[in-house]
Amino acid sequence: MKYLDEFRDPALARRLFDDIAATVTRPWALMEVCGGQTHSIIRHGIDQLLPPEIELIHGPGCPVCVTPLETIDKALEIASRPGVVFCSFGDMLRVPGSGRDLFRVRGEGGDVRVVYSPLDALRIAQDEPGKEVVFFGIGFETTAPPNAMTVHQAKLLGLENFSMLVSHVRVPPAIEAIMTSPACRVQGFLAAGHVCSVMGTSEYPPLAERFGVPIVVTGFEPLDLLEGIRRTVRQLEDGRHEVENAYPRAVPAEGNPAARAMLADVFEVTDRAWRGIGVIPSSGWRLSERYREFDAEHRFDVTGIRTAESALCRSGDVLQGLLKPSGCGAFGTVCTPRTPLGATMVSSEGACSAYYLYRRTGGARVEEVRSGG
Amino acid sequence: MCLAVPGKVIEISERDMTRMAKVDFGGVVKDVCLAYLPEVEVGDYTIVHVGFAIQKLDEESAIETLALFEKLGVLAEEFGDVGDRAEETTS
Ligand code: SF4
Repeated sequence: MKYLDEFRDPALARRLFDDIAATVTRPWALMEVCGGQTHSIIRHGIDQLLPPEIELIHGPGCPVCVTPLETIDKALEIASRPGVVFCSFGDMLRVPGSGRDLFRVRGEGGDVRVVYSPLDALRIAQDEPGKEVVFFGIGFETTAPPNAMTVHQAKLLGLENFSMLVSHVRVPPAIEAIMTSPACRVQGFLAAGHVCSVMGTSEYPPLAERFGVPIVVTGFEPLDLLEGIRRTVRQLEDGRHEVENAYPRAVPAEGNPAARAMLADVFEVTDRAWRGIGVIPSSGWRLSERYREFDAEHRFDVTGIRTAESALCRSGDVLQGLLKPSGCGAFGTVCTPRTPLGATMVSSEGACSAYYLYRRTGGARVEEVRSGG
Repeated sequence: MCLAVPGKVIEISERDMTRMAKVDFGGVVKDVCLAYLPEVEVGDYTIVHVGFAIQKLDEESAIETLALFEKLGVLAEEFGDVGDRAEETTS
């Protein structure tokens, strides 16, 4: 597949590894913000092939993982109601709420459906006018425009039986929260490429300046990740802290203006609680006043929820880069993808899941990805 | 769910007043909404996420990036094969 194979080329990967090794002179701790990048790094064994001076700290960029427990419990409550069709991306189904998950709700008779796109949920609402169709709208800046467009279309079509349970999160406030945490060890960031495909790069220079950290916009293929790491390390060694774009084929500086305009119309910035981390000011989006009628939290009375988090799960520490998944006592024993205690073990972008998939058995290596895909 | 992948636009049509495309992901073809990329044409590559094209892939900069990697750590006498490689990626 064009633009996938080329950026997985092992011979070029070797050149990037060599250049990084030739540049680094002392220890550096880099954080990849996005869970998709964590997955790719662990899957291809990139962290293990880097010079030992470079540590990759896995960031909180897994939207499934950080969706607050209270919101999961609200989803479970709404999905259990008769007459409701609850639509969600597949990896939300096994995310543990306080005691059960959407999968279990479905087993108990709830109409829970997995969709590929929020537009699929819109179509279900059109096809089944007698049902209340609710879409679970989570995700970072990459997923927000599709969800925003879906709500916008629902309004245009005058669909009264469609609503969205919204829990969107934004990357820049999370970077600020990480950098102001007393336990922070991060010295440079690989910023999430596809978030910047939408938002552009203008939100990052103030953060690089304020915290004195390089921020390098980075893609997801092995060579993209290595180039992001290479440029961050070079900046650190030179004593610079700039915003660089190492993923220019998918990230123009202005992002996607049409998507940004739609986001500004449909959503408004709000404080958001991140599961395992706590409230981060201005870190979320909710539906704006103009679209409030499509807000599932307003349509369904779901107050009085009492949450109960697993006492064993340390996903909060994992999400903040304070603990590697293998350092959690429950990892791979009590907690597995079949019996997850935390959302980080469920989602394909969750760090615990990535370690479970690729680290217990050795995992694929960059040298093998060409054949293995 | 965060995964966004590149695909090639092979057909464009109009549905419910919205521009839609058929996008080929190495053999798997999906319906994709083009509302955020009105200027996209058949033959372009786009990054697709949950049924929406969110950004056009800039072929020129993809080739430039790969050419930059080719040069990394290569001794002068090895430069001969760089041109071949760059040509390969445009095909
Ligand atoms: S391994 Fe399981 S219990 Fe431990 S932090 Fe990860 S999700 Fe939580």
